Amino acid sequence: MTIAAPVKVDSTGPNTDGYRSFRLGEFKFRRDEYFVYVEWPTGKHVMSADSFLKALQRDVAWQFFYGIVNFDGVVGTVNHYGTVDLFAGRYNDVYRKAELDHLENFSTPMIKATFDEMLDDWTNAGFDPFASPTETGSAFGIKHGDNRAAITRHRVTASRMVSVPGDEPLRNDENGHPVNRHFLDVAQDEPEKHPEPGFDGEISSFNLYAYLSRSQVTWNPSVVSVCGDSLYCPTTEEYILPIIHGNDRVEWFIQLSDELIWQVEDRDSGAALAKVTMRSGDVAAMPADIRHQGYAPKRAMLLVWENADPALPALISSGQLPSVPVEI
Amino acid sequence: MKTYTTNFGSLADFTKGSIDIIDDDPKRYVFSNIFEVASTSRPYEKVAVGKNRQYVVEAIRAEGTSEWRTAPHDEFALVMDGEVEIRLQKLGPDDTAATAERGSNALKGAPSGAMMGRVVARRGHMTLLPVGAAYQFHADKPSVILLQTQDGPDTVHKWADIIQTVA
Repeated sequence: MTIAAPVKVDSTGPNTDGYRSFRLGEFKFRRDEYFVYVEWPTGKHVMSADSFLKALQRDVAWQFFYGIVNFDGVVGTVNHYGTVDLFAGRYNDVYRKAELDHLENFSTPMIKATFDEMLDDWTNAGFDPFASPTETGSAFGIKHGDNRAAITRHRVTASRMVSVPGDEPLRNDENGHPVNRHFLDVAQDEPEKHPEPGFDGEISSFNLYAYLSRSQVTWNPSVVSVCGDSLYCPTTEEYILPIIHGNDRVEWFIQLSDELIWQVEDRDSGAALAKVTMRSGDVAAMPADIRHQGYAPKRAMLLVWENADPALPALISSGQLPSVPVEI
Repeated sequence: MKTYTTNFGSLADFTKGSIDIIDDDPKRYVFSNIFEVASTSRPYEKVAVGKNRQYVVEAIRAEGTSEWRTAPHDEFALVMDGEVEIRLQKLGPDDTAATAERGSNALKGAPSGAMMGRVVARRGHMTLLPVGAAYQFHADKPSVILLQTQDGPDTVHKWADIIQTVA
């Protein structure tokens, strides 16, 4: 058995606002009361601290997700499933043409450990990066406390289906999942199960909509059912997806309730391609060569459907598979 | 305090969204609506509304009683409108021949294994259709099921009829 050596995070002590600064290769990260500053050999960038932390939270919690996590139009990561690219301007046509872009590759444990410590140090008490804007405190100000319970919360990853004995449990008031204020009208009834004697544990059914109505977080796809590599990852959405997700495979959206608007851009250049307005019952594919950001005027239930086959990114990038799921 | 109303579509009342194209082909988004598809489907027609390699999600209009089906893997039925009774029964030794490599397969008649039980599922309820069992749906009134499964012999692909093809 090989035991990985502990990762040493390159960071400084607190600055005058109380925040540590971090370094990953030639990338430097620091924050003050309002902003996060990123520097690399050919450029520098600034983001609002709350926007940066919301994006960082998802990148960390999702283990760098599928494909590209753009924190905004300049900075982000590319998951190579074992290593991760950290980039600035690489997927921005103007930066590329001006040759101001920069990219470095890190082992996943290295960048994960650095991002974990950055998120922990830069998240103040009362600010929950996963919450909707009206359900959390402020990210701003000089350093005051932390919010470890929020930034390390359990991510649901069912191995078969939520509620199956031994799998992810249901949500209820008692385990800290009250119904969200936007979903007070969602029925909380459970399916009627009538097992024959001896089959009590083999009849599994649950109220997915009630389960989602009790989600504490936004824009956080979590696995509720598994059919091979086919993963149902529903999530509740409110306000704006804090990242721009660049696909390395086809991803599907099934709108369960309410309305979402997706702004779709070319994955590599950022050129605008389409706006997709989805309402309850709508189904849309996100091709493997685009990036997308969602807007939700009211908290909405979205079923994100993923194919977790690890061979897909290479098959698509090499042209062996198309970037669309169905050729018509 | 403001009161929010959650909008769930149904066969009787749905408002489809749209794709506004700036510089792309709308067919690439394979955009459809489950209720619209189910409103024109035959009972228990398994219409693919999503496909990702061998995996599909199927929109199924539940109306009356379905045939018995089984799959060599778990499937998951989400009721999106109405009420559906899901009957589960173990496969018997003679039933496994009906199982193809993937997707759900119709049995000739009822399975010969033990009755496992039944579930009455309404909107939002998700039910495991476990490997090793057969299932039958019944709905007194037209209802809608979204099935997470694999592309099988009875999966219907009629993409040109169901998706938005023009900007």
